[in-house]
Amino acid sequence: MNDTFELRRGDTHIEVHKFFPGAIAGVTILALTLQAVFPVYVRRLDFLDLPLLITIYFGLSRRNPSTGLLLGTTIGLLQDSLSGPTVPLGLYGIAKTVVGYLASSIGARLDTEHPLARFALTAGFFVLHQAVMVLTRRLLLAQPEPWFNMHLTMAAALNAVASVPLFLLLDRLRRSS
Amino acid sequence: MVAIPSRHRSLALLAGVLLAQILMLAVQIKRDSRGRLIRVWAVSMVTPFERAGAWGVGNVRDVWHHYFALRNTSRENEALRTENDALRLAIAQLQSKAAEADRLGTLLQFKASNEKVAMMGARVIGASAGTASRTIEIDRGERDGVHRNQPVITPDGAVGKVIEAYRDSAQVLVLTDKDSGIGAMLVESRIQSPVGGTGEPMLTMKYVPTDETVNVGEKIVTSGMDRIFPRDVPVGTVLDVKAGNPFKQIRVKPAAKLDRLEEVFVLLTQESLDFQKEAEAQSAPGPSVPAETPATAPPAVVKP
Repeated sequence: MNDTFELRRGDTHIEVHKFFPGAIAGVTILALTLQAVFPVYVRRLDFLDLPLLITIYFGLSRRNPSTGLLLGTTIGLLQDSLSGPTVPLGLYGIAKTVVGYLASSIGARLDTEHPLARFALTAGFFVLHQAVMVLTRRLLLAQPEPWFNMHLTMAAALNAVASVPLFLLLDRLRRSS
Repeated sequence: MVAIPSRHRSLALLAGVLLAQILMLAVQIKRDSRGRLIRVWAVSMVTPFERAGAWGVGNVRDVWHHYFALRNTSRENEALRTENDALRLAIAQLQSKAAEADRLGTLLQFKASNEKVAMMGARVIGASAGTASRTIEIDRGERDGVHRNQPVITPDGAVGKVIEAYRDSAQVLVLTDKDSGIGAMLVESRIQSPVGGTGEPMLTMKYVPTDETVNVGEKIVTSGMDRIFPRDVPVGTVLDVKAGNPFKQIRVKPAAKLDRLEEVFVLLTQESLDFQKEAEAQSAPGPSVPAETPATAPPAVVKP
């Protein structure tokens, strides 16, 4: 499970990374904890969506759509649970499930190790995550919410910027092949 | 179980997980007016099938009732036809009774307005057997005080005179009979002349000189000169006037409905009657039958 192996697709060799035992669970819990703490103590960092970044990172690294979407589901539902009674269970869950699935699918086809690729993918997934959230709110909750605005654009860019060092940091949790 | 290809397994898992979360959301979300979203969805999902089912069941029921369950319909139809015929007959009888009540009401009113004049109500029970004469038979005879040459009237006007009185019935010669005659006069010009029948529905005023002026529409009443009818009983209206030599040919429309006689009065004296009041009462709005008089008053009320 924690061994690294290669995924062959034609002539392309994409590495599937494995992590130290408990790394994924620990990072997930830490990210959720920090996400719950930031709005209280560091208001300026409330733009960060650490659970989303974790979902993207492990999706891109694990490169298995099934585990990616299940991880996204788990993280999303936990985030829903921690967001208070006003957020119904499934709001973040659905969005992160989609992101986890797509990140794993893309990670299985493209080399996403380059920082620029990670930046672009994170920005894109942030937008997608937001779009799914708005769609869910509009269709299921009947809550009209703007698809996108300047604040969210800035948040997408900042999360993408933050993802570059964060992902490098998380790379250290990988088990060497 | 249907095996899912391995390449689609993750896609199926994605769909399943998303569906589960959407359902979970639906269970939690409560719309203000329509309850929980899961209920709204469930109802929306089931309603078309319910509607289709109801439509189908309704059609099947219709087909069953209208095509297959008709075993006893023919018998029922027969019974209903019989019942319908009986009801129609009953309606006709009731309508006849109502018309009779109206007529009796009119007679009663006429009698009430001439209560000082001795008269006797009678029901027409027969008519002449052939076309050679115009007579009617009434249900009053000598035992009731009916005698020959007594005048017979209705509230509309003169009818004729009694020509034969039997024990319990009498024959009346109607004005339209060609042998009938009655002393009459024109109301406006006061010209006196007998009016008689010709065997036709219309009467004739016989001896008015050519140089006299007679207007169409002029009323004709009894003159009392025949010593049978009292004065001023309506006889008819001038229908048309033709020049003749030495007398005019005057056709008169009878005041009484001589072709539809059912109840009449036999006058027992020659006292004058008040037809004017009667005419006014008939032209006044509202029911012709006084409110205190029952519509189904029996003929005995009319009889003195």
